[in-house]
Amino acid sequence: MSSKYLIFLGCAIPYRVSAYEISARKVLQKLGVELAEMPEFNCCGLPLDPVSHETMLILAAKNLALAEQTGLNILTLCPGCSGTLKKVNKILKKDKTLREQINGHLKKAGLEFKGTAVTKHIIQVLMEDVGLEKIKNSVVKPLTMLKVAEHVGCHLLRPKEYSDFDDPEDPKTLKTLIEATGATCLGYIDETECCGAPSVGISDKVALQLARDKLSHIKMVDAQALITICPFCHIMFDTNELRIERMFNEAYGIPVLHYPQLLGLAMGMTPEELALKEHRVDTSKILKQVIEGAN
Amino acid sequence: MTETVTAKEPIKASEIDPKFKYELSKMHGGEKLLRCFQCGTCTSDCPVARFSDTYRPRQIIRMAQLGLKERVLKSDTLWLCASCFTCTDRCPQDVEVASVIRVLRNLAAEKGIVPVVFKEQASSILDSGYAYKIPELRVKKRETQGLPPLPKGNPENIRKALKGVKFLKNIEKKGEQREQ
Repeated sequence: MSSKYLIFLGCAIPYRVSAYEISARKVLQKLGVELAEMPEFNCCGLPLDPVSHETMLILAAKNLALAEQTGLNILTLCPGCSGTLKKVNKILKKDKTLREQINGHLKKAGLEFKGTAVTKHIIQVLMEDVGLEKIKNSVVKPLTMLKVAEHVGCHLLRPKEYSDFDDPEDPKTLKTLIEATGATCLGYIDETECCGAPSVGISDKVALQLARDKLSHIKMVDAQALITICPFCHIMFDTNELRIERMFNEAYGIPVLHYPQLLGLAMGMTPEELALKEHRVDTSKILKQVIEGAN
Repeated sequence: MTETVTAKEPIKASEIDPKFKYELSKMHGGEKLLRCFQCGTCTSDCPVARFSDTYRPRQIIRMAQLGLKERVLKSDTLWLCASCFTCTDRCPQDVEVASVIRVLRNLAAEKGIVPVVFKEQASSILDSGYAYKIPELRVKKRETQGLPPLPKGNPENIRKALKGVKFLKNIEKKGEQREQ
């Protein structure tokens, strides 16, 4: 079974997290998920919600309206984007007055929101559309030698009211997908807690303390890597890991992989194909283990 | 820390706006403000409150209920919420705490109180569609990375769709002032 989605990249991924996009496209292609590009793009709106809810609604609805014209559903790599597009779709479908107000704005750009496009995050597509069986069957190098930890982040499943899968208090999807690669997924304290990214620029100190708190819990269970599914969480844990180490005079050295990179390795793709060299924290130790362990 | 201490100063009757809570209750996201009975679940589960000496969502909600309009809207701590929505999901009274905080931030922004990070993102979206200024080099590099061309923003259409939004007038006006 093949499926086709409109890929919504968001802003952070093309700006500085291209390894996520590269690995996601490779893995999806191999699993038969066809991708089309957005005909025109603007930010999902989430970053401006704190200062203008109305702006957020218009920006999100504009993307939904564009997607509706293509007749395709949306796949996002960023949980902030999928969370926002899902939320706005649901709010506007329910609230007629608000929908008319927002459509008044979209009309000036020649668009209309109807509420017919479904949005899914990549891990939801992998679980619901591709299916666990197909993923397991695609694994040629089971990663049984790896013990990793997962970080789902906030916006994939919160607020609960607008999410249509899994449970924010005890999320299972990412864990199940990690285990499909053969790797062990370890539990740790405060797994569902925020990485701190949204506080960057407001209070870097608070933001880095949050990330450090998570890294210390992950280290406590001796995880060899951390698996993320969000560009912002990835920046907090990978790009900022050295900064946190310096700030608190501690050593973590935990490599941070995007889930599609982990899956790609299990599917037999090379570290080069999966852009693993783009990471700030050295991944060579676990890659050596993957390569030697599988042979 | 430059975080405000105003929350701890004695309250004067003259600074109370008794109608403020009703004003908030009419706004999208603020509807359930009056349900809060100050149990403190939001603060005890807040990841930011763990590491901030001043950010307490329960206190912000209480200030809003009491009508301490100026004080809450001018408070620096208002901007510390990470929008993780843990408080919203766990509130036993279904107050949607994070949404009330967003409503308060939106009101502060209308008064011109906008942290610089949001101004930068707003102007980048207006200029390119993207929240960050993506360097040309990165856009070009995509081809060598085996990636399709980056979808283009349509600033003209974005401006058309956002015409009449109060917040943006504020951003553009501020931009002009800076240039003078």
